[in-house]
Amino acid sequence: MAEPLLEIKDLRVEFDTRDGVATVIDGLDISLYPGEILGIVGESGCGKSMTALSIMRLVPVPPGRIAKGTIRLDGEDLLQVSEKRMRGVRGNAISMIFQEPMTSLNPVFSVGDQIAETILLHEGGSKRAAWQRAVEMLDAVGIPVPEVRAREYPHQMSGGMRQRVMIAMALACQPRVLIADEPTTALDVTVQAQIFDLLKDLQKKTGAVIVLITHDMGAIAEMAQRVVVMYAGRKVEDGPVDEILTNPKHPYTTGLIGCVPHLSADPSEERVPLTDIPGVVPPMTRLGQGCPFAPRCSEAMDKCRLEMPTQSVVGEDHRVSCWLIENDGP
Amino acid sequence: MANFSIIVVKRLFNAAALILAVVILNFLLIHIAPGDIVDTIAGEMGGISPELITQIRAEYGLDKPLYEQLALYVWKILQGDLGHSFFYDVPVVELIWDALPQTLLLVITALSLALVIGTILGVIAARRPNGAFSHFITVLALVGFSAPVFWTGIMFLIAFASFIPLFPPAGMADPGLEPGSLDYYLDVLHHMVLPVVTLALIYLAFYSRLSRASMLDVLGSDYIRTARAKGLSDRVVVYKHALRNALIPIVTIAGLQFAQILSGAVLVEAVFTWPGLGTLALEAILRRDGPTILGILFFSAMVVVIFNLLTDLTYNLIDPRIRIGSKE
Amino acid sequence: MGRNDMSEQANSQIQAASPSFETEVDILTIEHPLREAARMFARNKAAVGGLILLVGILILTLVVPFFYTVDPFDLVWAPLSPPGTENAPFGTDYLGRDILAGIVHGGSATLAVGASAALLAVVIGLSVGSLAGYYGGWVDEVLMRITEFFQVLPTLLFAMVIVALFRPSVATVAFAIGVVSWTAVARLARSEFLRIRSLDYIKAARSISSSNRRIIWLVILPNAMPPLVVQATLAVGGAILFEAGLSFLGLSDPNVMSWGFMIGSSRDYLMDAWWTVTIPGIFIFLTVLSVSLIGDGLNDATNPKLRER
Repeated sequence: MAEPLLEIKDLRVEFDTRDGVATVIDGLDISLYPGEILGIVGESGCGKSMTALSIMRLVPVPPGRIAKGTIRLDGEDLLQVSEKRMRGVRGNAISMIFQEPMTSLNPVFSVGDQIAETILLHEGGSKRAAWQRAVEMLDAVGIPVPEVRAREYPHQMSGGMRQRVMIAMALACQPRVLIADEPTTALDVTVQAQIFDLLKDLQKKTGAVIVLITHDMGAIAEMAQRVVVMYAGRKVEDGPVDEILTNPKHPYTTGLIGCVPHLSADPSEERVPLTDIPGVVPPMTRLGQGCPFAPRCSEAMDKCRLEMPTQSVVGEDHRVSCWLIENDGP
Repeated sequence: MANFSIIVVKRLFNAAALILAVVILNFLLIHIAPGDIVDTIAGEMGGISPELITQIRAEYGLDKPLYEQLALYVWKILQGDLGHSFFYDVPVVELIWDALPQTLLLVITALSLALVIGTILGVIAARRPNGAFSHFITVLALVGFSAPVFWTGIMFLIAFASFIPLFPPAGMADPGLEPGSLDYYLDVLHHMVLPVVTLALIYLAFYSRLSRASMLDVLGSDYIRTARAKGLSDRVVVYKHALRNALIPIVTIAGLQFAQILSGAVLVEAVFTWPGLGTLALEAILRRDGPTILGILFFSAMVVVIFNLLTDLTYNLIDPRIRIGSKE
Repeated sequence: MGRNDMSEQANSQIQAASPSFETEVDILTIEHPLREAARMFARNKAAVGGLILLVGILILTLVVPFFYTVDPFDLVWAPLSPPGTENAPFGTDYLGRDILAGIVHGGSATLAVGASAALLAVVIGLSVGSLAGYYGGWVDEVLMRITEFFQVLPTLLFAMVIVALFRPSVATVAFAIGVVSWTAVARLARSEFLRIRSLDYIKAARSISSSNRRIIWLVILPNAMPPLVVQATLAVGGAILFEAGLSFLGLSDPNVMSWGFMIGSSRDYLMDAWWTVTIPGIFIFLTVLSVSLIGDGLNDATNPKLRER
């Protein structure tokens, strides 16, 4: 396989809380390869968003801190560079769109100004040229009459429109990596599909790598080529999407897949009942020494509660961290 | 922009209605009060005959039905007639016109200082919400809120006019100086320091706390995260993206507070014998000079209404959500 | 494991530390909100300090008068004697009245006016605000116009007029202060009622056709209570300052000793005898400070966001 464009190695993020230090991300390895869409999936609180903020180096410090690890973009460790250099990376080489399009745009500036600001910041040039580019970007994300819309304020637009503006802003400086953190969760289902189509389309045109963060296995199936499953700040399984969907190894992955309803063309066909995963993600200050999923896992063994599972390779580019697999032997 | 004109017209109409309501309240107060003008005049003259009472009643229109009196009262006010001061024996409007500029000078200077410095202090504190400076602002606000304003003034007076006589203890200017000369203005400035600082201090405390809270709130919002994710520097994020949003509640509350600031000014004027509306009002109350005190109440309410109108419009200009309105 | 310990853990999830990090709350371990608030309050040093200060002031004004029986209106010593004088540890005023006696006996009037004025303000404000917020529509429109009207009147001037018209007494002063300071409570009550009214459980209560009065009293009010209690606490502090201001201007009952009255009557002598105004002022300051500290503590204890730490 080709050299990774972005490589996260052994990342550890900690937060100070009233009850001591919470490790919200631990020992995380993720690689991004040119031209792909990578999904990161997991329940709320499993560390997906914190991973994204770590790549942007926007983890709130204090109370948080990146305690360990490297994040290399083309070999350059982003965790070591100066803040000034990092500002040159944000919004330029790596950009990000967020879950809440309704509140992610500044209400007192026009959307055109907000896009042009990014262009002026990273590429300079005249205000007029930047504005012109902002209008072109709005056009590219499918906003009708962009010259007029650019002058409008966020409150004059719908949620789907605002998310398009966010995408236009994120892509304005041709980033190499676009992180989309639950980009459609807050939107209507029909708008979700449009935004996904737009992202796929733009990915093909610009060649940017997209990191899609979601809790929805359905979205992963539709969008991504590879997927990383996270639980309680750790990677539990990763591999090609097709492989993971048909042959999940980790009980948590199986659970996540079981939560997605299957559509069937034939109404008479018997439906597969939906399943759920009992319990919730434990607070990060209450993790024991064993596998964090063990308390919720129907197949947990004594060993799972005592020792953290190690990673085993179970297929081409398919890895899982679970004692069940270790037991079976490779 | 049509939207904005409608807002302006609505606000103007509202302001007019409020002022009319104050006029009616004034009128009612005159009538609710035990004893009326006649009693006061009779008291001043030391007892008068029943014929004279009837005559005065007719002169002041007190023999007419209430609604007619009200109409007459409103009509007079529309003509700029707020009645005649018993004590000073001049039209009330004249008294007020003489005193109002001094009060406005005091209030506007103090308020501007408090707003500007308070906002800056609050923003600095919000950037390090757990830092020493931030705690200092919290304590300052608490002390500023808890100390009676007149007492703070007196403490300044004792400290900086008596023990260390840096500033004059009373008045607005040396009576020997010719009004309009440079020396006169410098002297006014010298006299202003203590009253302005006293009045500004409580509101400085208030606004620094408010601006700290507002800024913290804004800094935690999603669009600030977006701004950082764009690669903007901390300074641009704070002073361009956050400050403008944080100012919205500050301006709104400053408008609502204006009435209270006028109240504070009354006390400060009393401490420093500053020749403004407050001193006039106090004098009028002690002399039981009804028309003057009601005239002042009416006038200061009008000042508040006008000021509210101005802040309202400023606030509409800052916030496009109101200026333009939503299409949905 | 005790109930408290468990809930400690439930509360101390990372949510509090970082707004962008979500975790679920363990429903079984949530403690009663009142108990939780009391615990949060007890943890707040400034608030506990305020409470102790207030208790001290209450003892000074309610208990000490029985032991220090000097009449505050009696002329006990040479006029304008400085503090430390025999018989008058805090000194005397321009008539030779004992300042310490004034502090001890004058506090109750100040506190009584403050408390009753605040009570009046809360009753008016709560009635106006809750009706406006609950019924909305024209009721809201009319009540808010009235509130706006009262906000436009410079409070102190208006109170001065009321007191001057009806002769100063403890009752008129309390009435005047209450009447001019209810607007903040009304606005807060209105916004709380508006917010809570649109929540799902109110819709549920309506759908089983509970009466409006029942919904207002039994469902909305308890939920709107925390911010209103904080506001009421602040109103007490505001009313005490207000009373002091009116007294300073000479608009208080001349037959009742109060801290503000002491400052007001000694105003002309402050350059010669700093203690006559400084000492009563310190006690007003400490009283309002204690109430504000308690109000702040209550606010922190009942406000789940805890942003302002």
